[in-house]
Amino acid sequence: MDSRYLNVFLEEATEHIENLNNNLLALEKNPSQEIIEEIFRSAHTLKGMAGTMGFNKISELTHEMENLLHAIRSGDFQVTEALIDVLFECVDLLQEMIKKISSEGSEGETDINLIVDKLHKILSGESSCNETYKVTYTEKEEIFNEFEQRIIEEAAKKNLKIWQVRVELQDNCLLKSARAFLVFKNLENFGEIVKTIPHVQDIEDEKFEKEFYVYIITSKSEKELLNAVYSVSEIKSVNVKEVKVNKVEKAIEEKEKTFVKQTQNDKNKVKTPAKTLRVDIERLDNLMNLVSELIIIKTRLEEQDKLTEHAQKRRESLEYLARITSSLHDAVMKVRMVPIENVFNRFPRVVRDLSRELKKEVNLIIEGAETELDRTIIDEIGDPLIHLVRNALDHGIETPEERVKKGKSKEGTLKLKAFHDGNNVVIEVSDDGRGVDLEKVLEKAQRMNLVDTSAGKKLKENEILNFLFESGFSTRDKVTDISGRGVGLDVVKTKIESLGGSVEIRTKKDEGTTFLIRLPLTLAIIQALMVELGREKYAIPLSSIKEIVIIQTSELKKVQNNEVILLRGNVVPILRLHEILDIPNESPKDETLTVVIVKKGDKEVGLIVDTLLGEQEIVIKSLGNFLKNIKFIAGATILGDGQVALILDINTLI
Amino acid sequence: MDEIRQFVVFKLGQEEYGVNIMQVNTIERMMPITRVPKAPYFVEGVINLRGEIIPVIDLKKRFGLPPGEINGDTRIIIVNVDDLTVGMIVDSATEVVQLPQDAIEPAPSVVGSISSDFLEGVGKIGDRLLIILNLEKILRPSEAEARAAM
Repeated sequence: MDSRYLNVFLEEATEHIENLNNNLLALEKNPSQEIIEEIFRSAHTLKGMAGTMGFNKISELTHEMENLLHAIRSGDFQVTEALIDVLFECVDLLQEMIKKISSEGSEGETDINLIVDKLHKILSGESSCNETYKVTYTEKEEIFNEFEQRIIEEAAKKNLKIWQVRVELQDNCLLKSARAFLVFKNLENFGEIVKTIPHVQDIEDEKFEKEFYVYIITSKSEKELLNAVYSVSEIKSVNVKEVKVNKVEKAIEEKEKTFVKQTQNDKNKVKTPAKTLRVDIERLDNLMNLVSELIIIKTRLEEQDKLTEHAQKRRESLEYLARITSSLHDAVMKVRMVPIENVFNRFPRVVRDLSRELKKEVNLIIEGAETELDRTIIDEIGDPLIHLVRNALDHGIETPEERVKKGKSKEGTLKLKAFHDGNNVVIEVSDDGRGVDLEKVLEKAQRMNLVDTSAGKKLKENEILNFLFESGFSTRDKVTDISGRGVGLDVVKTKIESLGGSVEIRTKKDEGTTFLIRLPLTLAIIQALMVELGREKYAIPLSSIKEIVIIQTSELKKVQNNEVILLRGNVVPILRLHEILDIPNESPKDETLTVVIVKKGDKEVGLIVDTLLGEQEIVIKSLGNFLKNIKFIAGATILGDGQVALILDINTLI
Repeated sequence: MDEIRQFVVFKLGQEEYGVNIMQVNTIERMMPITRVPKAPYFVEGVINLRGEIIPVIDLKKRFGLPPGEINGDTRIIIVNVDDLTVGMIVDSATEVVQLPQDAIEPAPSVVGSISSDFLEGVGKIGDRLLIILNLEKILRPSEAEARAAM
């Protein structure tokens, strides 16, 4: 199978699944005809796509869903919780199959019989479904506006007949509008087409399911019309019946109104999509690399420029080049930016399912879903967030009874919030639950020998909270499906740190817990401070630098054999990068030391360097698989002169 | 019919070594290398190979051979093994030879001072001996080794 189509299929299918999920949630809250229509449309499109690609199970399941949805649409069923549950189940199965297709290329062994049975049972509980289906066909009344009516009356005077031709296309018909077009073309040879239902434009846009109606004025017989339509392939059935002029009455106008209203609704629903273009991320990466090269060469030119004096003109062109490169950089970055909505979107469903399972009442609030992040980060951040959400629901928010006892509202609140903060994006996951029990955490930490009893007493709140990020740590006595296995927060932390971010916890007893995730906007290009250590050059990400201070050697103090300095009353530990990075310290003992103060969360550390070389925009390159887990080094960058400089990993240094 | 295999021949000291030509990407002249702290002892550092960062290892250090000096003949052979791209510093890269499979014998337990783990076999070209390397073993240090190198 052509993988190009497969990719398009997968992407679109995922979108439709997401749509289904969201609309089902909306339906649950507020059943309306429009939402059912929307769900129906998604299921229908999915069916069509899967059919074309030969994924029969998906198309079968969506077909069954369609039947049920149709029954709901025509009012045979009330929307009930049970009904929605079954639909959710279907969507889950579909999702599972789509995942399998993406990983293995086929739908796999997924068993859809069970759920299909369930759907059948629901339907047969009110077996009228299929019948109503038919009734809706035949009940279509002739609806004409004034203008059309006049034409018809004129025709009647000339003894021409008006025929209603109902055409139903085959279920697997792929080019519906093309078939419809052929039908029109054939009929037009016989006479004048007065009207179609739906409107011609909608038929051309394939905004119809299987059937459409054509009203034609002609002198030809029923049989001729039938033959003309049947000559088009992929037609399932054709009915022709004569329209009596006197049938056009007021009563029918009512129907027209409802019909028009519906179609208008449909039109409103079909949102004008933002002009988008699907681009393979590899192509974007390639573009990004080229921009990176451009930045490198720009830096190189700037360096050369420092050497040649009185080159005013050249400097101007250089500045111009710098401006263009930086706008180009911005533009490419923007292309890679995706709203975090893409991740947040799955949470309503997760929260709904979990809160039911846990028998808790939870209100999910999402804020700042439009905040944009680099695509690579978006792809990675989903799982850690799900984890935090699960935690909040399981550990944080109390049961309704407990909440009432505490004098809180019965319904707990879970808030997901994203916003920009300088060059970072912050994501907050907060609940108004019971908060973290610090004593319990400390007790557990002592039991796990993470800290001894005497030292434990001196620990600050945030130090205790950090134990939560230790691997294998869980304060839960009971292991549930949802959380408590102790596999978790450490994974969350590792993942976020690997993305260049950090996590923080804030908690207050009985008021709730907030997890603060701080992520860089992008992973590819950063501002860095270049420093020299011995004869080696290193880059320190500007985002983690707090300040730079020059101190006298005498200001270095020793606390428990560790060097520290006092900075505005705060004790800041000092690290000698020479020693950590095994660099021979050739520089003579200076009176003054240059200290770069770096921060990670609340922690600050001073790094002693030899020389500051200045700020630079650097392109982060990975050291590759061979040197993947080198301590203290986050990556490398290529300097203007072609040399490689390493980027310090502040997270592992602190 | 015997399978004919091609090897890139290079020298470490006086001995001649071969690597499967299919694993060789390019052969580069010596270039500035940036040291990587905390890397295994035989990792010399990283180079900028036309915009790509490539780690470089010193094969002599890897094999525990006495260090030699870097001169105009010194080369960096860039090899690909699975998902790894690595440069290897050698004293000189001389030629490409073709060897039928049956001219390659399994390695004796010790060749010179190199552990036989690193070897795939020994090839004979007339009276010359070509030590054929097993790059997978050389580039993927075992757990124990990696720990020792830290």
